[in-house]
Order: sequence, then structure tokens, then C-alpha cells
Amino acid sequence: MSAQAVTEHQEYNYHVIRLFTLATVFWGIVGFLVGLLIALQLAFPELNFEPYLTFGRLRPLHTSAVIFAFGGNALFATSYFIVQRTCQTRLWNDGLAMFTFWGYQLVIVMAGLGYVLGVTQGKEYAEPEWYVDIWLTIVWVAYLLVYLGTVMKRKEPHLYVANWFYLAFIITVAVLHLGNGLSIPVSWTGTKSYTVFGGVQSAMIQWWYGHNAVGFFLTAGFLGMMYYFVPKRAERPVYSYRLSILHFWSLIFIYIWAGPHHLHYTALPDWAQTLGMTFSIMLWMPSWGGMINGVMTLSGAWHKLREDPVLRFMIIALAFYGMSTFEGPLMSIKSVNSLSHYTDWTIGHVHSGALGWVGFISFGALYSMVPVLWGRERLYSMKLVNLHLWVATIGIVLYIAAMWVSGIMQGLMWRDYNEMGFLEYSFVESVMAMHPFYLIRALGGALYIVGALIMAYNFYRTIKGDVCEKEYQTDGVLKGAVA
Amino acid sequence: MTDAKKEHSHSKKEIDTVSGVETTGHEWDGLKELNNPAPRWWLWVFYISIIWSVWYWVVYPAWPTFSGATKGAYGWTQYKKLAAEQQEIKDRQKAYLDKFEKASFDQILQDKQLYAFAVAGGSAFFKDNCATCHGTGGMGGKGFPNLNDDDWLWGGDIGTIYQTIRYGVRSKHEDTRVSQMPAFGVEKLLEKEEIEKVVDYVLSLSDPQSAAGKDLSEGQEIFELNCASCHGEDAKGSREVGAPNLTDSIWLYGGDRETVFKTVFYARSGVMPSWVGRLDDNTIRELAVYVHELGGGETGKVASTVTAPDEATESVPEESVTAPEEQENGQDEAMPDEEAPENTPAPVQEDDSNPVKPMITLPNESEETGQEDGHDGE
Repeated sequence: MSAQAVTEHQEYNYHVIRLFTLATVFWGIVGFLVGLLIALQLAFPELNFEPYLTFGRLRPLHTSAVIFAFGGNALFATSYFIVQRTCQTRLWNDGLAMFTFWGYQLVIVMAGLGYVLGVTQGKEYAEPEWYVDIWLTIVWVAYLLVYLGTVMKRKEPHLYVANWFYLAFIITVAVLHLGNGLSIPVSWTGTKSYTVFGGVQSAMIQWWYGHNAVGFFLTAGFLGMMYYFVPKRAERPVYSYRLSILHFWSLIFIYIWAGPHHLHYTALPDWAQTLGMTFSIMLWMPSWGGMINGVMTLSGAWHKLREDPVLRFMIIALAFYGMSTFEGPLMSIKSVNSLSHYTDWTIGHVHSGALGWVGFISFGALYSMVPVLWGRERLYSMKLVNLHLWVATIGIVLYIAAMWVSGIMQGLMWRDYNEMGFLEYSFVESVMAMHPFYLIRALGGALYIVGALIMAYNFYRTIKGDVCEKEYQTDGVLKGAVA
Repeated sequence: MTDAKKEHSHSKKEIDTVSGVETTGHEWDGLKELNNPAPRWWLWVFYISIIWSVWYWVVYPAWPTFSGATKGAYGWTQYKKLAAEQQEIKDRQKAYLDKFEKASFDQILQDKQLYAFAVAGGSAFFKDNCATCHGTGGMGGKGFPNLNDDDWLWGGDIGTIYQTIRYGVRSKHEDTRVSQMPAFGVEKLLEKEEIEKVVDYVLSLSDPQSAAGKDLSEGQEIFELNCASCHGEDAKGSREVGAPNLTDSIWLYGGDRETVFKTVFYARSGVMPSWVGRLDDNTIRELAVYVHELGGGETGKVASTVTAPDEATESVPEESVTAPEEQENGQDEAMPDEEAPENTPAPVQEDDSNPVKPMITLPNESEETGQEDGHDGE
């Protein structure tokens, strides 16, 4: 494998991927830390420091840092890695590829500075103002060109399934971004702009965007990652080609309708709510198709789970993916939503997807890529990978369990009328009741960060060229199982 | 070119040795695909979810048309659902409200069921409307009376409390309770030294030790000339004008020397909004019963005079709700000394709309009082 890695090294453009990989780790840790801070701010309001470091400004900083900075860089890195390797050709335009790297980092920095300084469109997951939106559009078009250009000059007759998902992700995110970002700047020299939509239309456009950011950024893109690294790591063929076609097209077609479930029991007309809910239900199996294909790819290779913590990361990711794509349709049902909406349950749901699925599949991909990108025989330490796995898994379980309990309790407290017809609890009483769960959540988040720091250390040693001698015998075979 | 590349160029469909399933014959970077069919159960659940959705579209409003949208089989709308659910809650209240509406406060106090209803409702509405200032349990805060003690500014029987909630204190309502202590310093009614002396005297009323070794006669004289008209010769306050009792150690803004000095120098004029028009009468009545219970249930109408004696000692027959000609209000003052100290030089009027704006810069003020505080401590 090492000899192969060296020749590939010359053939493929790994330089830009290395940059994206480092950026992924860096922004991931930044985003997780900001998440921990805002989790603590909810538990201890004194930790809000006016005016720059208040919850209202840091919350979009956290969401953007983890979704677009961590997740985005991970998608750039893996998509460039996968498109080159599965098309057996170098990236189409090295210069443009490098532009996408620096251009995208500039988007992140401009957006982040804006949040802290109070510059925002106030649209969830699309907070950056018009000037950042325009710049992102340029970077994104460059990304599409590099990707398509590489696909066009491929040396393989067919296009591997991972590339379908990446292309769907790139194209749809462009459409969503342009649609939701339509706004009129107050002046060309100022930061403020106003969206062209008003009232319930604005809300609908926002959630058409917001839900599909989850669907195409955090689902389709990362499924592309899964479709390459799971079979690669398991050294098994993908379970079912037919299933991949069916679930790809059904996912793409159905996801785009599901946005209105974010606006149940609002001014949104009943018919739109119905469509949002029913399409969310129909989305259940298309989502699970990816999980089935990933997990079943291991059939005949289950023993590898005992030996390879990197593969374990990805299988746990698929388990969380399956769980949150079941929970999503469940929460879209109006009667469930009337309990769960506006509560911590939503936060728990998002994080089982974000920490469990997006985070873990990315970690798995990074652990797989880093030795290849830097031409190393292996990771510095598999035991540290395993430690990362368990610390982070415990963190996620604490996090989402706390939010489930807190959210359902919150929802029940809000709707609790006594037999005389009076509200049993005031809002602030529900806030007080949530305090212990906020602490557990913060602990879970802290563990997740510890895991990420372990990973960063492991990468640092790997890139340096170190190998943890204790773990390896002279022939390079792992000493026993890494339990 | 790599081995993988060479392999792929002549790759064909083959049988995977582990599963015995045929591959598609494609290969990318060593990755192949099996040609397994999609799982049966997966397809069936998918079909069922589609069939269920189609059923749902028939039953509920679903597809947009040129003239609106399909209405669904039963004409369901979220507004009808909301109304039905609200009706269910209203019906629960209605079981009590009909009787409650007609009952006087006296009758409510006698009727266990009505009383429980009033307290339950009052508690719920208190938390949503009053707790912002008075605290969830009515414990108050600086400038916001504690409603749990039996020390009342404007009177603590139900009718009086009802009046206070209805019209507020220094609110915008024309029937509001109003009174205003003069800002003795700002208006130059007293010299600074005189204020120091009267503050010494006032503090000694609740805490005789504070005056150890001091001559209070001058302070007492100033008090009698300037303060007694409202707070009474005995300094026990007057509910008629909402003047606090100064002999207990319950303080609305704080009982440390500096705070009391500021109170005399700048005066205070906290505001409570009027709730009539914002809450319906039954709700205000429920709140009155609840707050009355919080404060220990003072009975009877208090005929306040300038020299009002200690609250609970008197018991004049209480009035019914239908007697709003009452002049007293119920509101109490409270603020234990220890919670009060406010060392920042910020203006103390943050919580009220004092018509008398402080003309003196505060930093100086607090420095001076701070020093004198030190002396007094000795």
C-alpha cells in the first residue's frame, strides 16, 4: 500500500486536500469549543460577556463553525480525495482548487467575524450578510467547476456512487444558497441587507433552505464520504448497487419537500404543513437505504469491527444516522411536533445527527485519509483512535440523553394544565428544571472535545512520521485486538 | 498507473466469494458493488409510507390548487383544532368560574372549592404576569415588594390588594394609587448634614445599636418636622399614602446607610402597572386572593390613619369586591438589609420613573456617604 501511496502521491493533487484536512481539524475544535461555551452559557448566564461573546452571537458562530467550517472542509477534503481516486485522474485545475481552499476559509472568517460583531441576516444557518453570500457563490461555482472538470476527464467509464452524492450536494446547496440568500443590500458600502421575501413566504423559503442544508449538506455529502470509506476500510464490495440507485433518487426527490415540517402550527397554510409532514414520513426509507447499504457492506467482514477502530467509528456513525433519520420523520408528525417543537428535544435530535453521524463519519474518513495524504505507513496510534471513539461516544450519549429528557420534560411542562384549567408551570419554572440537564449536556460536549483533541494529537504525531512502537510488532501487524 | 487501474480495464461481472453474489462488474479504486436486490422489507415500508401519505392527503388539506388548496375530507384546519383544545381548557375553568364570578371575596374565603380555584388561578397568572418583578414565589427584590411577609404598603386585605392590582401604583391609569416622597436633597428641602442626621435617626428606629454613642435628638426633630406627616409620629407609616413603616427592619430599596441616604436625598417612586384591561376581572380577583394568601391572609378592612398601628392588630370587617370605593391599596415593602447594599455609584432610580431627576453627580455622593458610613460603623 505504501508503494502505491507514493506513486499516487505524484499523480493526484493531495496538497489541497492536506490543507482542507488540517482546516477540518482546526475548525472542528474551534466549533466544538464555542459549542461548549454556549452550552455553559445556558447553564450559567453569567458567562455571557457583552457585547461580543453573548449567546445570541456565539450560537450562529457555533452552528456555522461546525456545519460549514468543520463539515464543509471535511466535504471539500473527502470529495477531492474521492473524486480523484474513483475517477483515477488528477483534479481538473490545481489553481482553481487552491482558490476554493483560500476562498472558503475567507468565507468562514468573514462570517465568523460578522456574527461576533453583530452582523447577521437573522436567518438560521444562513446568517452571513449579502457580501459573504456573494463571495461564497463565487467559491462554490469554482468548487463545482473543479469537481465537474475532474469527473469529465475521468479514466473510468462509470461514475462511482459516492460522486453522485457529492454532485447532488454541491448542486443543490448552490440552488438553496441562491434562493434563500436573495436579498437587497441597504447600500453597497454597508453590511445590512433585507431579504426579498416577506412574512410566511420568508419563513417557508428559510426552512426550505434550512431543512435541505441538513439534507444535502449534512446527509447527501456525508453519504458520499460513507460510500467510499466504509467499503474501502472493510475491504468489501458495496452491498447493493440497486439499493444505492433507489435510495439516491428517492432521497433527492423527497428531501426537498420536507422543509415545512419546521413550521407546524404556524401561519404556514395547513396544506403546506401536510406536504412537509407526509414527505418527511416518506423520506424515512430513502434515508435508511444509505444506512442499510453501509452496514450490510460489512457482511462477511464483521470481524474487522473488532480489529479496526476507524471502521468502528463509521459503523457507529451509521447507527446514529439511522437513529436520527428515524427520529426526524417521527418528530415531523404534527402531534409529536406539538410536543417537541421549540424544546431541547430538537437540539438533541440535531446533535445525534451532527455529533454521531456527521462527526463520526468525518473522523473515520480523516483517520483513513491522513496516513495516505502524508505518505505514512499508518496512524501514529490505533489505541488513541479507540480512546477517541469511546470518549466521544460517551459524550454523545450523555448529550442526547440529557436533551431528550430535558426536551420532553420541557414540552410536557409547557402544556400541563391542571384540572381547574390553569397552567401548572410558568416558563421560567421549565427553565429551572432544565438546569441539571444543561450541565450533563455540557459534560457530554466536553468529552466530545477531549476526543477531538486526542485525534488532533494523533494526527500531529502521524504527520511528523512517528509510530507508537509499543503498539506494533516489527512486521507492522497490530499486536492483538484493540479492544 | 496503478494495479487497480489495470485490473479495472478488464473487469467483468464476477461472483463475490464471501457472499456468493454477483458484482456489477464495475470497479473504482479497488471498490466494487454487489448486485444484491434492495431488501424486500425496505421496499415494503417505503410503499406503505407512500400509501399512508396518499391517505393523509385525502383526509387533510394537502395540495395547492388555483382556488386555494384541497380541503381534506373533514374540513380540518389547525384553527379549528386550536379552538377545540382551548375550549376544553375553558370548560375546565367554567365549572368554577360561573360560581366564582358571582361570589364576593368574603364568600370565596368561606368556600373551600372556590378558594382553591382562586389560588390555583392566581398562582398560574402570577407566575406569568407578576413574577417578572415580584419573583416566582413573590419574594420580591430591590424596589419590588416581597409579597410573602405581612408588611403592606397600601394594605393587605383582599379588597385593597384587588384595588392595587387593578389600578397599579403610580401607573398611567387615572385611578392609580399615587403618593410621592419629596426628594429632600435634590429639592434642597434639607441640607446634607440634616439628611445624615435624620438617616441616623431612622436607622435607629429598627436598629437601636446603629445609633450607639450618637445624639439623635436633632435627627428626631428633623423627622418630626419633615417626615412624620406621612410616616407618622411613631414612624410606623401610613397605608393611606403608601408610606412604609420605618420601625421594622423590612426595606424596599435597602436598609444600609447609603441606600437610606439616597432614598431621602433623591426619593423613590417605583411603578406598578395597572392590570385592568390587560387581565379580565376574574383573573385580577384570583390574583388578589392568591397574593392575599401569600401575605398571610390579613383580614378586615384597615382604616389607615396617619398613625396606623401595626398591621395585623386591627380588624375592621372586610368589604366585598363590589365596594371599590376603598381608598387603601395593598402593597407591601420589603427588603432585608443584608440583601440591599449596592456599592456601585449607579443612579438608584433605575427601577422607577422619578419625576425628580437627580441633579447631583452620584460618584461624589457615594464616596461621601461611604466615608460617613465608616464613621457610623464605629
